[in-house]
Amino acid sequence: MADFDWLFFIEVLVGGLLSGVMYSLVAIGFVLIYKTSGVLNFAQGAMLLFAALTFVSLTERGISFPLAFIITFGVMVFLGVAIERTVLRPLTNKPPITLFMATLGLSYVIEGAAQLLWGTQIHGLDLGIEDLPFDVGGVYISQFDIFAAVVAAGMVALLSLFFRYTRIGLGFRAVADDQFAAIAVGLRLPWIWATVWAAAGVVALVAGLLWSARVGVQFSLSLIVLKALPVLVLGGFDSILGAIVGGLLIGASEKLAEVYIGEYFGGGIEGWFAYVIALAFLLVRPSGLFGQKLVERV
Amino acid sequence: MTILSTFKAAALAAGIAFTIALPAAHADEQYFPLQSYRVGPYAAGGTGFFGGFIDYLNLINTRDGGVNGVKLTWSEAETQYEVERGVEAYERLKSNPNVAAWNPLSVGIAYAMIDRITADTVPLITINHGRTDSSDGRVFPYVFPLLLNPYSETSGIVNYIASKEGGLESLKGKKIAVLYHGSPYGKETIPIYELLAQKYGFELQQIEVPHPGNEQQSQWLAIRRAKPDYVVLRGWGVMNPVALKTAAKTGFPVDHIIGNVWSNSEEDAIPAGEAAKGYTAITTQASGAEYPVVQEIVKTIYDAGKGNLEDKKRIGSVYHNLGIVNGILNVEAIRIAQAKFGKRTLTGDEVRWGFEHLQLDPARVEALGAKGLFHSINVTWDNHEGNGYVTFQQWDGAKWNVVSDWIAPDWALLRPIIEKSSKAYAAEKGIKLRTAEDAETATN
Repeated sequence: MADFDWLFFIEVLVGGLLSGVMYSLVAIGFVLIYKTSGVLNFAQGAMLLFAALTFVSLTERGISFPLAFIITFGVMVFLGVAIERTVLRPLTNKPPITLFMATLGLSYVIEGAAQLLWGTQIHGLDLGIEDLPFDVGGVYISQFDIFAAVVAAGMVALLSLFFRYTRIGLGFRAVADDQFAAIAVGLRLPWIWATVWAAAGVVALVAGLLWSARVGVQFSLSLIVLKALPVLVLGGFDSILGAIVGGLLIGASEKLAEVYIGEYFGGGIEGWFAYVIALAFLLVRPSGLFGQKLVERV
Repeated sequence: MTILSTFKAAALAAGIAFTIALPAAHADEQYFPLQSYRVGPYAAGGTGFFGGFIDYLNLINTRDGGVNGVKLTWSEAETQYEVERGVEAYERLKSNPNVAAWNPLSVGIAYAMIDRITADTVPLITINHGRTDSSDGRVFPYVFPLLLNPYSETSGIVNYIASKEGGLESLKGKKIAVLYHGSPYGKETIPIYELLAQKYGFELQQIEVPHPGNEQQSQWLAIRRAKPDYVVLRGWGVMNPVALKTAAKTGFPVDHIIGNVWSNSEEDAIPAGEAAKGYTAITTQASGAEYPVVQEIVKTIYDAGKGNLEDKKRIGSVYHNLGIVNGILNVEAIRIAQAKFGKRTLTGDEVRWGFEHLQLDPARVEALGAKGLFHSINVTWDNHEGNGYVTFQQWDGAKWNVVSDWIAPDWALLRPIIEKSSKAYAAEKGIKLRTAEDAETATN
């Protein structure tokens, strides 16, 4: 172990943890919807693409950054509500697989609509945060990654406050705990669902902007969902804390695996290594680290 | 967006094939079936390339009345760059009469078409890409990886790095890392880099990036630890800007990253923003709108409102100019074949003959208004690549600037390797090697 480069190990670990935060940002959008409606929203990646493309297209048309953000915020809220009204509400009480297939179809519709409205050209997005490293005791850390981590922490804090202290947030928690009980005490389930979809749209906007600043605003943004899936399996589909912890674990382990054992498998293993971890977790803990254990009486 | 373009995009988004110009219905027409991709993840490249190709065909029709009076026609089928859609489009479009050549601009679709086009005796053009060993016309009579195959690209890049270091001898002891896309396309050059490393004595590290390449932290940390002198970026799509961004993030100098031919477009550099400034990439055709042929397209086609690109700012971009050069090569092959077979509609096999005699020296390239746009081409019956020259462009934050002379890959070194591979393919498929005599005859 004397020859082991600990500094490099720490750099890989920190880089992985910060990458994991980016995955968590996407995963949170999934969690919000799954928690209240039990739907795995496969369209979250497409929503992310739609948000980023709308935002950058507005700024390129001369609209100021804050105004473009507000308009896109409004668009994403509208999109979330529209999805609930036109797709989910008519499918209430249908089997989960039907709802999943609906979101799968929805992702294609949103991707097509995004390109239809804003074109197919690739755009750059500069949030004004430099993606350059700074040296912390010989370890390079990206300023942008730190910024993304702060944004993620802020978003989790805001969501926590929202769900703990607002009426609609409490309603959300009630629905998440027991839908039938929530209806029985007079909560309006469609209204809560619409709010949650709108919130997922806003999460998609924040995640979309951060991912776009890193990879550009382009079609492949919608593939980011593939990064979030193992995070959800690991952390649990219905836990925001799980999405954060899952993201950190997946990010760190896939980077360490790529660097330290990748060469024994020909390299390029991080794409599937995250799924190996997710599968292993499924076998021993199907509900994930923080997910609710589902007990059904038959 | 105009209402018209919105409707057009709507049709595309729905995956509906649409027709820009109706397929040939008359004997004096030559038809190009276009398996284009204008929606989906690779739409930016598809709209640029097919836009440039169509613009050039349009120029020939408008300015010259076609090729010696033979009008050029085309129709498009949307593939979204997906192989199964590309094959379906092939089966659908091939029934149109007077097919000149296929130009799918997709490695996967091209691979899937080789047996089909060989049976149908119609040329398949894979400009700058495709199977390396399809350069051997003895085994692949109808496949033309014009200008550049992956091995020539590799040799061109190594020669360029050598020129920066003071010659091929100076490569000894240098370290080069190749960051490649985790796909058959990305892996195609692994053996040739190994061969060149052995020949010139440089240390080589080849690192795979899993598809699609939107996360490269660990790869670039490995690069930082290895401290190579150069990194060759053999990327595709989102992998390219992410590589440039991550390189900046890990402190690797961007002016020591050399992009391959599918990492060389505006779409690869723009999303990376400041991180792309100083990035250099190989190309067979320079970008820019100052070339006479591009100017003619602007004057004759765009000023008349008939241009194919929605955004005029993309005129002269890398993919648009590649489409124009592809148009020149297709049209000249037809012109050359007409000189032998007559000024009429040709069969696919006759067009194949034209491609096998596609010899455009710098003087002819200048006469075509393309001096500086591309160097020359010299296709023969057994060399279907045609010894294309390469040049290198550097991104200044807004556009590409040429920073090298035209450089010749080491074709003599590469040819035996290509022949070894093509002969193995021939043996596997039971193909008898063609002779020069076989190539001279064409069915009509």
